[in-house]
Amino acid sequence: MILAAVNFQTLSDAVGLGAIYALMAVGIGLVFGVLRLVNFAYGQLVMAGAYTLAFTSAWPVPLSIAACFGVVVALSLAMETVVFRPLRGQSPAVMLVTTFAIAFLLQAIALIIDLRDDTLGEVAASITSLNEPISVGGVDIRKITLVSVAVAAFALLALALLLTRTTIGLHTRAAAADFRTARLLGVRANRVIAVSVVLSGLLAAAVAVMMTVQFPLVSPDFALRDTIVVLVGVVVGGIDRLWTATLGGFTIGFVSGVLNGALPTDKTVYLPSAVFALVILVLLLRPAGLFAWGRRAAVERA
Amino acid sequence: MPEPVLELAGLEVRYGTVAAVRDVSLRVDKGEIVGLIGPNGAGKSTTLHAIMGVLPTHRGEIRLHGDSVRGRSPESIAHRGVALVPEGRRIFGDFTVEENLRLGLAAHRTHNGAEPLALAYDLFPMLKEFRRRLAGALSGGQQQQLAIGRALVAEPDLLLLDEPSLGLAPLAVDDVFQALRRIPERGVTILLVEQRALHTVALADRTHVLVAGKLRLTLDPADAKDPDKIVAAYLAS
Repeated sequence: MILAAVNFQTLSDAVGLGAIYALMAVGIGLVFGVLRLVNFAYGQLVMAGAYTLAFTSAWPVPLSIAACFGVVVALSLAMETVVFRPLRGQSPAVMLVTTFAIAFLLQAIALIIDLRDDTLGEVAASITSLNEPISVGGVDIRKITLVSVAVAAFALLALALLLTRTTIGLHTRAAAADFRTARLLGVRANRVIAVSVVLSGLLAAAVAVMMTVQFPLVSPDFALRDTIVVLVGVVVGGIDRLWTATLGGFTIGFVSGVLNGALPTDKTVYLPSAVFALVILVLLLRPAGLFAWGRRAAVERA
Repeated sequence: MPEPVLELAGLEVRYGTVAAVRDVSLRVDKGEIVGLIGPNGAGKSTTLHAIMGVLPTHRGEIRLHGDSVRGRSPESIAHRGVALVPEGRRIFGDFTVEENLRLGLAAHRTHNGAEPLALAYDLFPMLKEFRRRLAGALSGGQQQQLAIGRALVAEPDLLLLDEPSLGLAPLAVDDVFQALRRIPERGVTILLVEQRALHTVALADRTHVLVAGKLRLTLDPADAKDPDKIVAAYLAS
């Protein structure tokens, strides 16, 4: 009986983590779609949002969250105009390495700002009350799990409607499928890229809010490990389609959560090894992506 | 007085240090169909790509309605009323037929929405019938009709076609040329790049022969009855 309850607890936490990772995967996938750029610095957007929440934790909660969204979206747009735009059309390797550089630059800046008070790390504790459990049908579920799942479901639904029901969504999908032809038809490159970058920034901000609830201590490497795991999930799911990337993000979050719960506490250091062993297995068996049925591997597409 | 829609003046386009198109001058007047034929690698597609702003102009000038388009992006040229039917059709196979046509509206200059799709449906009734199907499920000839329809819904002044008959069955080729014949009556001017020399010469008001990046001679519809002259134009290099 106790075991069953623990398992359910683990599963619900795993779903919550999967939801957050799915949002990060969409954020990465959206920008990849229009720019063919894997943004390794995506985690630093989340980190910037987390610091904003920490520095504004004395403010009323809605204002603090609004500031987080403002900072992350602004930083996201700045990244696009200052770095991505001049690099447009460069090889994927150049762009990837550049995003590594941005990631480390942003971490260094965060470190300088953080160390002004001579201690490493800031606390973003304004909404940690969401960690409290509520009882659903006799099982305890943390409120943040429910919030994460609800936010992810809402965000994904809104995004799906935007992409399928609006003109800018149609243009964005066309740009992701064949940018050159889309431009020849009159689709404005800068506009669809800006829309994707803003949307991916909004998602990063939402992720920052939800992650600080579970990990209130914000340091420069906040969300770094998660970004690597999500990137792996995105590739495993299939990066060239938004929904497979999203599913990949959710899956790797869910699997990490379950393994984390299943491993004895003194063995959790093996969690990354277990996750990445599974990843290697998946890539060996399904090189085109876990959810890419009947399609060739992304690398084979010219 | 004929009104020029497109003028190329001494156009030179290069790939690196290699000139793919050299000193090409031609004009297309309002309501005309002008053909551009020539063997593979003659620079036909290169010329169209330069007009669309995909390739930079190394020397010379491209003018639309008398204004130079130097340095403009492909999307801004599309918004100035030039539509391209690209080589290989380039339709969006995962999108429905109607979504493909709505993409053509991206360069539409009056923004009234529903009406322009009727232009494509009117010319190609098949597109209306299959509007909810995925474009990738259409036959090659149908996809070509979709590509032409998608260019027309933008209601362009100038339609550029890059080998619309490429890879089509003979009957489908005839369909495409039949459709092209009906386009000028909508006030659209055409520059047609083709390999099907006889079809093109017979259809166009004038047809220029491009060989090794240079205009070699100009044919008129009467020359369609004289295939030897066309063959000679290809071979005399």
